[in-house]
Amino acid sequence: MNIVLRLAWRNLWRHARRTWLTIGAMVFSNTLLVFMISFQFSMYGLMIDNTLQVFSGHMQVQAPGYKDDQKMRQVVLDVQPLAERLRGELDSETIAARGWAFGLASSEERSYGIGIYGVEPEFEGNVSNIPGLIKDGQYLGKSDAMDIVIGGMLARNLRVGVGDELTLLGSGLDGSFAAAVVTIVGVFESGVKEIDRNIAEMPLGAFQEVFYMEGAGHQVVVLAPTLNDAPLVERRIAATLPDNLVVHDWVALQPGLKQAIQADMSSAFFMYGILVILVAFSVLNTQLMSVLERTHEFGVVMALGMRPGRLGRLVMLETTLMGLIGFLLGAAVGALLTYWFSVNGLSYPGMEEMAANFNLPGRVYPQVSLLKTLFGPAVVFLFTLLAAVYPALRLRRLHPVEAMRTI
Amino acid sequence: MTAVRCVDICKTYRQGDQDIKALDHLSIDIEKGDFVCLMSPSGGGKTTLLNAIGGLDIPDSGEVWVAEQRIDQMSKGQLADLRLANVGFVFQAYNLIPVLTAQENVEFVMQVQGVPAKERRSKSLAILEEVGLRDLEDRRPAEMSGGQQQRVAVARAIVSRPELVLADEPTANLDSRTSDELMELFTELNKNHSTTFVIATHDQRVQRYAKRLVRMRDGRIVDDIEQDAA
Ligand SMILES: Nc1ncnc2c1ncn2[C@@H]1O[C@H](COP(=O)(O)OP(=O)(O)OP(=O)(O)O)[C@@H](O)[C@H]1O
Ligand SMILES: [Mg+2]
Repeated sequence: MNIVLRLAWRNLWRHARRTWLTIGAMVFSNTLLVFMISFQFSMYGLMIDNTLQVFSGHMQVQAPGYKDDQKMRQVVLDVQPLAERLRGELDSETIAARGWAFGLASSEERSYGIGIYGVEPEFEGNVSNIPGLIKDGQYLGKSDAMDIVIGGMLARNLRVGVGDELTLLGSGLDGSFAAAVVTIVGVFESGVKEIDRNIAEMPLGAFQEVFYMEGAGHQVVVLAPTLNDAPLVERRIAATLPDNLVVHDWVALQPGLKQAIQADMSSAFFMYGILVILVAFSVLNTQLMSVLERTHEFGVVMALGMRPGRLGRLVMLETTLMGLIGFLLGAAVGALLTYWFSVNGLSYPGMEEMAANFNLPGRVYPQVSLLKTLFGPAVVFLFTLLAAVYPALRLRRLHPVEAMRTI
Repeated sequence: MTAVRCVDICKTYRQGDQDIKALDHLSIDIEKGDFVCLMSPSGGGKTTLLNAIGGLDIPDSGEVWVAEQRIDQMSKGQLADLRLANVGFVFQAYNLIPVLTAQENVEFVMQVQGVPAKERRSKSLAILEEVGLRDLEDRRPAEMSGGQQQRVAVARAIVSRPELVLADEPTANLDSRTSDELMELFTELNKNHSTTFVIATHDQRVQRYAKRLVRMRDGRIVDDIEQDAA
């Protein structure tokens, strides 16, 4: 074994307890980092997926001004043929056309202002999870039937159920008065209050008839295979669109979501940063102490003919060995902990609230991934090495005779 | 050939508001293959002179030449290389490396020099045998007596056959028999390999082996005589 390596290894165990304490700090912070980062990104993934799979999808084709000003007349003409064309060109079923209108829904007893989606019943289930959340009755069927599905809370508020009729009042595309009587075929429970209280869906054909849409709609929703594929799909769609239409990605459609994630991420990474710096200082302290107490010995070794630079490398090597042990143990323990929770799930107080806001399940199963396991420990390792640079550089100033005089 | 040449070197230490001249305009030439004994009352400047010759300490003025190279202007790294290649040191306090065993301490210099493991092993075991420490090669310094540590330090200094050995009180902790054995070993090296020895000592027994006796006082050479070695 190389002499510097051997010296480094032996030196490390000279004060075994101190070394283990420092390694312990690394293992602790590494474990925490691995688990927290895995958990955090699993949460983000869930937040994004669950939010986007309600209505917005990964992207939408719309009229240019529609996103910021949801006027009825900012339409996508011939919305269904467009959706059909995109499904063909992209060879994808997760594309669906929609219309959107405000209206007044009245039962015999009460009236509420609601938002109404006109949807393609056979494709809506591919881009939205609402069709799968029907608790009572069934989802929409034929495209021109005067049917409607409504949220559970709306149903309770209107005191209606499956089979009852609702009267819809609103204004059509041309500004004229629109009215229709529709039959409730299903009631959904999404778990999100705003949706269950305010939203209804009806077949696009019937929607276009009621609101005088003349084949137009307001959006074509697209769900890419995964979030990572979305940019590519978006580029392909953008290339085929006429000038009077635009495609918006999920960040544009759900600005709050990205902001919430970024805010959470920056506060989390601020905390991680503090943790890493604390570990770095404990390493700095240990190595400085171990260099100072070996002044005499370093003097001897230098007097025997070891260059000061090589002594510096010795200290760096000691730190590297210590850091590697901390890295391996921390990453392993962190990955195991994360794995345990990925099987058994995790929930914490206050999560219910967050879960309700972002349409999340009450239990999260964080996923173990190589990148998330290695990232935190790698940063800690890097800062550990940085912390040893100062003690190592001090050795260049060492004077052998003075060093040997100290005890 | 001159192994060591000191020209008019001075070294002053400040102690409080008093200047101590550890070396006071000292000049000396030592030929290759010489066997020099430095003697002085305590505080006479022996250790300071050895440190200057070994490049451990740079004099305030004057020139120091070792192996035909001027060393008082070299960098720390160059000095380290010079010591590694040419100089064997036995320190006044034997100064072993505590985490290494006796054998590893002896092998240390060779390892830094990059000598292959097999050669290191045989050489270190042979030299430990010569200084009478066979069977103690696996002990660490803390597990050895002062005299045993001293002998390991000697073994470490001579094992790589340096041209110049600087020894500061190498027999201070040894009984008379071991001292004699050690001096025999030095004499043999001096004869067979023309290794130059500069030994600082109070020990009368050591002085008998020297070819040249140099007496110092207050940083100056007061007496310098050749003698027939024992
Ligand atoms: N680092 C130092 N600071 C101050 N004074 C010093 C220092 N080193 C040596 N001296 C002084 O320099 C003088 C010479 O010291 P040196 O160690 O060379 O003597 P020595 O001959 O080796 O003595 P000894 O036989 O006791 O080992 C002494 O007066 C000593 O006090
Ligand atoms: Mg001395």
